[in-house]
Amino acid sequence: MIPKTVNIVIDGRSLNVEKGKTILQAAREFGIFIPTLCYAENLSAYGGCRICIVEISDQGSKSFLDTSCTYQVSEGLVVNTKSPRVVRARKMLAELLVASAPNVKIAQDLAARMGILQVRFPMEDNRCILCGLCIRMCYEQMDGKALGFMDRGTGRKVSMPFNKRPETCRLCRGCDYVCPAMIAPCPGVKDPGELCGRCIRLDEIPNCCPNGTFGCFCDQNPL
Amino acid sequence: MRRIKSLSELERWRQDILGQRAQYDTTIYVCGGTGCQAYDCQKVKAAFQREIKEKRLEAKVSLKITGCPGFCERGPLVTIQPQNIFYQKVKPLDVPQIVSETIEKKRMIEHLLFEDPKSHQKFARASDIPFYKPQMRLILSQNELIDPNRMEDYVAIGGYQTFAKAISKMSPIEIIEEIKKSGLRGRGGAGFPTGKKWADCRKAQGDPKFIICNCDEGDPGAFMDRALLEGNPHLIIEGMLIGAYAIGARQGFIYVRHEYPLAYKNAELAIKQTRRAGLLGQNILGSGFDFDLEIAQGGGAFVCGESTALIASIEGRAGEPRGKQIHTVEQGLWGKPTNINNVETWADVPLIIQKGSAWFSSIGTEKSKGTKIFSLVGKVKNTGLVEVPMGITLKEIIYDIGGGPKDGKPIKAVQTGGPSGGCIPASLFDLPVDFDSLKEAGSMMGSGGMIVLDEATCMVDVAKYFIHFLQEESCGKCLPCREGLKRMGQILSNITEGKGDEKDLILLEELAEVVADTSLCGLGKTAPNPVLTAMRYFRPEFEAHLKEKRCPAGVCIALIQYSISEADCSGCGACAKICPTQAILGEKKKAHRIIPELCLKCGSCKDICPEKAIMIQ
Amino acid sequence: MVSDYVEKVIKQHQNKKTALISILHDIQKKFSFLPEEALKKVASTLSMDINDIYGVATFYRAFTLIPKGKHSITLCLGTACHVRGGPKILREIKNLLKIEPGQTTGDKKFSLDVVNCLGACAVGPVMIVDGKICGEMNPFKAKKVIEKLSQNKKRERVI
Repeated sequence: MIPKTVNIVIDGRSLNVEKGKTILQAAREFGIFIPTLCYAENLSAYGGCRICIVEISDQGSKSFLDTSCTYQVSEGLVVNTKSPRVVRARKMLAELLVASAPNVKIAQDLAARMGILQVRFPMEDNRCILCGLCIRMCYEQMDGKALGFMDRGTGRKVSMPFNKRPETCRLCRGCDYVCPAMIAPCPGVKDPGELCGRCIRLDEIPNCCPNGTFGCFCDQNPL
Repeated sequence: MRRIKSLSELERWRQDILGQRAQYDTTIYVCGGTGCQAYDCQKVKAAFQREIKEKRLEAKVSLKITGCPGFCERGPLVTIQPQNIFYQKVKPLDVPQIVSETIEKKRMIEHLLFEDPKSHQKFARASDIPFYKPQMRLILSQNELIDPNRMEDYVAIGGYQTFAKAISKMSPIEIIEEIKKSGLRGRGGAGFPTGKKWADCRKAQGDPKFIICNCDEGDPGAFMDRALLEGNPHLIIEGMLIGAYAIGARQGFIYVRHEYPLAYKNAELAIKQTRRAGLLGQNILGSGFDFDLEIAQGGGAFVCGESTALIASIEGRAGEPRGKQIHTVEQGLWGKPTNINNVETWADVPLIIQKGSAWFSSIGTEKSKGTKIFSLVGKVKNTGLVEVPMGITLKEIIYDIGGGPKDGKPIKAVQTGGPSGGCIPASLFDLPVDFDSLKEAGSMMGSGGMIVLDEATCMVDVAKYFIHFLQEESCGKCLPCREGLKRMGQILSNITEGKGDEKDLILLEELAEVVADTSLCGLGKTAPNPVLTAMRYFRPEFEAHLKEKRCPAGVCIALIQYSISEADCSGCGACAKICPTQAILGEKKKAHRIIPELCLKCGSCKDICPEKAIMIQ
Repeated sequence: MVSDYVEKVIKQHQNKKTALISILHDIQKKFSFLPEEALKKVASTLSMDINDIYGVATFYRAFTLIPKGKHSITLCLGTACHVRGGPKILREIKNLLKIEPGQTTGDKKFSLDVVNCLGACAVGPVMIVDGKICGEMNPFKAKKVIEKLSQNKKRERVI
């Protein structure tokens, strides 16, 4: 049984894509690169970071920007992943991100990739970029149901209920594993040929575990 | 309360109610809306009850607590029928005189009548008052006749008959066709054609189907939906019954924001009464149609006015919106087809089905049919709710109905459409008000909030206010709204403090563009509108803040100084007494002065000075 | 005691998940805040994850997980109230009580909240004091209200 397909255009290329896929999945299938941040293949699409935005015209409609990780393909879709409007938007998003979390490597990487040379906003020092990957990992893959968003707006945080680790948390460290912020900026090797082994754990890490570590380094870990 | 099983039983009930009323030769209507409650209308009501009892008039005089008639500025409002006399600013002490003079001796009390401030003409009839005359109160007029807690009042004016006739004589498709032909567009702000929405929902696959009434009215300055749901909940229920029948829905929700406890209470009681009457539940009027209503409450989140966030809230989750590629009419509440409409939209439905689509579409403009209720507030003389035909100009609303500027200062602009709308300068007041005309000016009609601003309003401050509001209310899911609005807020705060330069205005515009383009939901997408319109029409004010470190309207605290004009000061000392930081010194009968270092710029002295000697620079 | 009351409230709302927010409102009305024990009981009775309930309780501004003071003052900062001088009243109250919106005074006498539009715009600026709506407020009137409430031992009408 051949699955139904639709014809879409991405960056001028006509593609025949399986129905039910998102623009991002289609792009990846055909080797077209779209940057992402809060997307993980094995987890549900969230559409929160907005980095994967593309310019879309659906059935000849006036074009608009939307996230490629959530937008499903349909017949006649025309997509542009690098139009001036997309690039301008992505640059500003990267600038906003790095102004909020300059010590998170992935934010700096994104800014560098977008060619940002200056940040015009007063810098903060958040260590969590609120991508929600840890929460989705906990719920969808590991069935821990221990992490969630609390509060809203600029006060939004990832936390455990009442700042205590619930019984459903099995210390699986899945949250640890998917967190894109859990990478230390490379301080550089001191002597040539040295293996520093530092790029595995951050000194100060996103803090949603009440014990101050990601539930893994503390004394309460029976492992 | 009786159980109704057919249209003829409904009519018989109505006749019985009218028959019972025949015994009264006078009815007193006292407004019980939230606005009048702030003016102690409960005391007025209690005074009437006492007086009627004391004078043993219970058998002849009927007292009703009604919904909001709209003229909130002049509350408490009392109407006496059948004399059709309208009294405003009624105090409990006035009540004995009203009963003895107007009710017993049939004489008018002059000082309680509305007096036009310019012509000094007094008006006995509400419909003659300049505030009411230009209005076309198709829906709101019902408010003043109904006690929202008594279903009998709604039945007495023909309530539920339209639904009863529709369910027996019209098919669902016919009803949807009528709504389509009427040209009714959603009154919540987006203006989507209601008939099309209903048709799409009917067509969608999935069962059960839901309908929802959106009473989350979060736009600051807007209170039309509150007055409607509080004052006439049965009208909304009837509209939803017709809609449910047309769409094929079996369950409905009325989502009321937490800040409207009276609307919640009245709607909940109305639903209970309607259920007892057999008009909600199973096999309504013997037609085989099942439908029931539930009230869901909000928790204090503006974002829950957005359809997908509202649905999340009803599902017991945080009010996070989701992308709109999949429409809620196809996959809404729990993934089922869901039709959401605003309170005013539902209120228009019984009227359209009763009087016909041709009648409704004869009112208004080509693309915006019918009437719209606006909440006219701010620096205007007559504040309150106004219902007018679409196409009326801003000038007519603000000057003819509104009575012009409140404090004598010229009107500078009007803010329409809430945080998604924009500021329209006085030079554009000839624009007609409808769904499309205001969009070209950069704003939108929105849900109906109209906030009049005068020369003493700083447009930079207004822009800052809206951004901070939206920052507070943002759900925080997407980066552009969460971070972008924060940064826009910082820039605007800086401007109001005299910091920053031209580059900040360019950055502000850049941010605005990206936030509007990339945000996930309507809140973020429309957030930049107030800022962009303020910069478009009032750029000189922004530049004065940046280049001259001056706030022309005299509002931004860091840029103003309070001082006392020696020539005007009579030395009465009222200001010195009221000053919270004792920053004013002076001897009796001699000119006083303000110590700048202690001055908080709270404005209390300015408010109280009888000589108007306090100046702001 | 908390557990029993929560069970009663949930039963009144027919154990419906759609009534979650209403249930939380009722619990908060009784205890003046949402105790942890109550939320855990809600989660178990409605078969929902405590994590999600916690998220809901912290998302909506109407709820608080910290006990409120004896007198509640809610100031409206909607647009209409704003242009009629709302911020000046807020500054005066902050000055008098020395707390920020969302906080309670050290002696647990007053809690201050701000809300974005109560829908009584025509009579603004609006302040709700212990559930009663007060219109046409200004910094001077606000000060008088707080002074009177500070002195009162029992709940009297001060407006």
